[in-house]
Amino acid sequence: MINWANFISQCFNGLVLGALLALISSGLTIIYGTLGVLNLAHGAMFMLGGYAGWVAYTYSGSFIVAVVAGSLFVMVVGVVTERLIIRHFYARPPEDQLLVTFGLGIVFVETVRFFFGSLSETVPPPTPLAGITSLGFMLYPTYRLALLGIVAVALLVLYFVLYRTRIGMIVRAGIEDSMMVSSLGINVYKIFMLVFGIGAMAAGFAGIINAPVVSIAPDVGEAILVQTFVVVVIGGVGSFPGAVLGGLIAGELISLTSMVDPAYSYVVLFVAMTLVLVFRPRGLLGTAGRE
Amino acid sequence: MNVGLEGRRADLLPSAERKICDPMAVTRAKIRINFQERKHMSKFKLTNEATSAISRRDALHRSAGVAGATLLASFGGIQWAYAEDKPAMGTWPAGSQGDTVFIGAAVPLTGTYAVQGADELKGMELAVEHMNTNHELMKKFAPKVNNGLLGKKVKLLSADSVAKPNQALQVEQTFIGQNKIIMMTGSTSSAVAVALNKFAEREKILYLAGISGSNDTTGKDCVRYGFRQNFYGETAANAIGPVLVKKFGKNRKAAFMTPDYTYGHTTTKSVNDYLVKNAGWTMVTNQVSPLGTQDFSQYLTNIANSGAEFLINVNWGRDAVLSTQQAKQFGLLPKMTLVIPYQIPFLAKEVGPDITAGVLAATDFWWTLEDKYPLAKLFVESFHKKYGYRPEWGAQNSYVSFAQWARMVTEAGSFYPPDVIKQYEKGETIPSLLGDVHYRPQDHQCIRPVVIVRGKAKKDMKNDEDFWEVIEIVPGEKVTQPADAFGCKLGDYT
Repeated sequence: MINWANFISQCFNGLVLGALLALISSGLTIIYGTLGVLNLAHGAMFMLGGYAGWVAYTYSGSFIVAVVAGSLFVMVVGVVTERLIIRHFYARPPEDQLLVTFGLGIVFVETVRFFFGSLSETVPPPTPLAGITSLGFMLYPTYRLALLGIVAVALLVLYFVLYRTRIGMIVRAGIEDSMMVSSLGINVYKIFMLVFGIGAMAAGFAGIINAPVVSIAPDVGEAILVQTFVVVVIGGVGSFPGAVLGGLIAGELISLTSMVDPAYSYVVLFVAMTLVLVFRPRGLLGTAGRE
Repeated sequence: MNVGLEGRRADLLPSAERKICDPMAVTRAKIRINFQERKHMSKFKLTNEATSAISRRDALHRSAGVAGATLLASFGGIQWAYAEDKPAMGTWPAGSQGDTVFIGAAVPLTGTYAVQGADELKGMELAVEHMNTNHELMKKFAPKVNNGLLGKKVKLLSADSVAKPNQALQVEQTFIGQNKIIMMTGSTSSAVAVALNKFAEREKILYLAGISGSNDTTGKDCVRYGFRQNFYGETAANAIGPVLVKKFGKNRKAAFMTPDYTYGHTTTKSVNDYLVKNAGWTMVTNQVSPLGTQDFSQYLTNIANSGAEFLINVNWGRDAVLSTQQAKQFGLLPKMTLVIPYQIPFLAKEVGPDITAGVLAATDFWWTLEDKYPLAKLFVESFHKKYGYRPEWGAQNSYVSFAQWARMVTEAGSFYPPDVIKQYEKGETIPSLLGDVHYRPQDHQCIRPVVIVRGKAKKDMKNDEDFWEVIEIVPGEKVTQPADAFGCKLGDYT
């Protein structure tokens, strides 16, 4: 017997979780697709966005300021990291890239712990979104509903930049063949820096808009990183629409399974990932030839 | 000459009123405090010498030394056996032959239980400091402590366990190899406690559980070499059960939230069994989540649709913080009555008194007990002086466990593990921060009071750490199950 109220509520949960995963994954997948770097510090950047936003909120009292500060701060961190460290690793073997980004993640997390301790911190949602909305069949936190809209807008902006602007065109060309782009006289390295910054910003933005839902602590990025990778694998590495689709699938799988038995929600998620890897190694929307 | 500085300070914090009226000012002050406290919360601590301060050359020297010592010990050990009837075992006698003895602590300094682990570690540090300096409080616990134990200084080594059993085992293994620790401690997760129990039995090294709430730790997974000071699921259930039944009556509907490991399952079972048996309550749903869950929406949605009147949250650490905060977001609180059978250190600080006001919880210790017990007062004062906040029960548990161990060692007059264990097993009445207690010889559980607290509303708080009001102190004998109820069979001494 299906409890319909519960079913629809869980679909909503899946949608919200999925949207968030989609946003974070899109950053990860843009960086991987363009630069070929699997950024294991992506979770830490998600966390950094939350903390930068929280600090900004503490001083300004404004949620908007927090969101802007959180995103911009992580973008700057991304750009600086790319300039100082990551670019020396483009030509190095993937193991080196994994290790250096993994190490960077630890450095970010421990730096935050050093300054702010491990106690979790909360950023309240803006007042109009603070309450609970009745949808008739269920009560749902207003901010989570708003989150759906916020993420949708953010994804659309990202889509617009990637698919409707000149920079986006170069980035996408870079994903396909960076050598060719370079030979056309475009300074690929500047673009790379920008891409890393945008990818990081997506994580930072997600980090701060998620802070009213899940209060922040130095370790928040760790758990989200694993799910993000699953999403990217399901959707197809390097594919922006894949990240969105993968995120939504992952969110719904987790939520709907937990209606039956929460203990299996992550099992089902990983089974789905394995099935995708077996039957469609490049992911649901991945480009052919890229595995 | 200090005019400039004074002037600036006055600007920042003009008056107490301003601080209260302006929440931003409070949070800003909090950030500054965090900056000051950072060295205490940091993962890379000075005490953590074994993992951070050993140079490669040093390590090489040591490993050569260890190899040599092992050879010598294997010859020398036989002579010892005949000479004193105390065969070499574990790190004995090698670990207590120098002028320093080492304790190895594996505590979570990152992950879901990081905050609680850091507090626990501070309790240990303070206890060791007190042992080495003949502090008044330590002397009350162990009168024979004399600038250390049995003529040796005590040194604490610690490293991060991330609340994971395998990580904790690795940490202790390293400490045994490098420093020949004579006692192990740390957990803040019963999964770790149970693993270290078994490890202790195999290695023949004493293990004092840190925070561990599972019935199994001194129940079916008990060992001769393991001891536990703190309260746990069954004692929590027997202490808080009557309060719940008295306050809320019979035949109520409760939803449980349970972390998916030994602590969660045994505590949920104990609390539910009590309520079902004594008052006909029904468990309408039990939402089991993995350790480290961040988004509890799926679980909360199931609870929202379950018809529960009570939300009994067994989650712990950050899981408890997030699940409780999100229960409020989803409107479950205050519609349902929140109950926290196994109180979570720092929860009230993190979720705020808006959520914890009126909430009933069972706990090991709360700092306001200083008004009732002189030893508790001494402890809270010296902890507060050193660390700048009042200790939670994790710090209390490790301090008291260490102090009681110091007593056993000094009374036994030997570090030889079976001697120390037998000293514990005399079941003597010994001090704690909450009056006299004793260790039960059959399962090595300390029989100690369980404290029932109720969350204070913000307006009733006398200071910024005055979150709970103690409403009852239930004697240990009243809440502890019979020694054989959870299948404890202690192992051998040697």
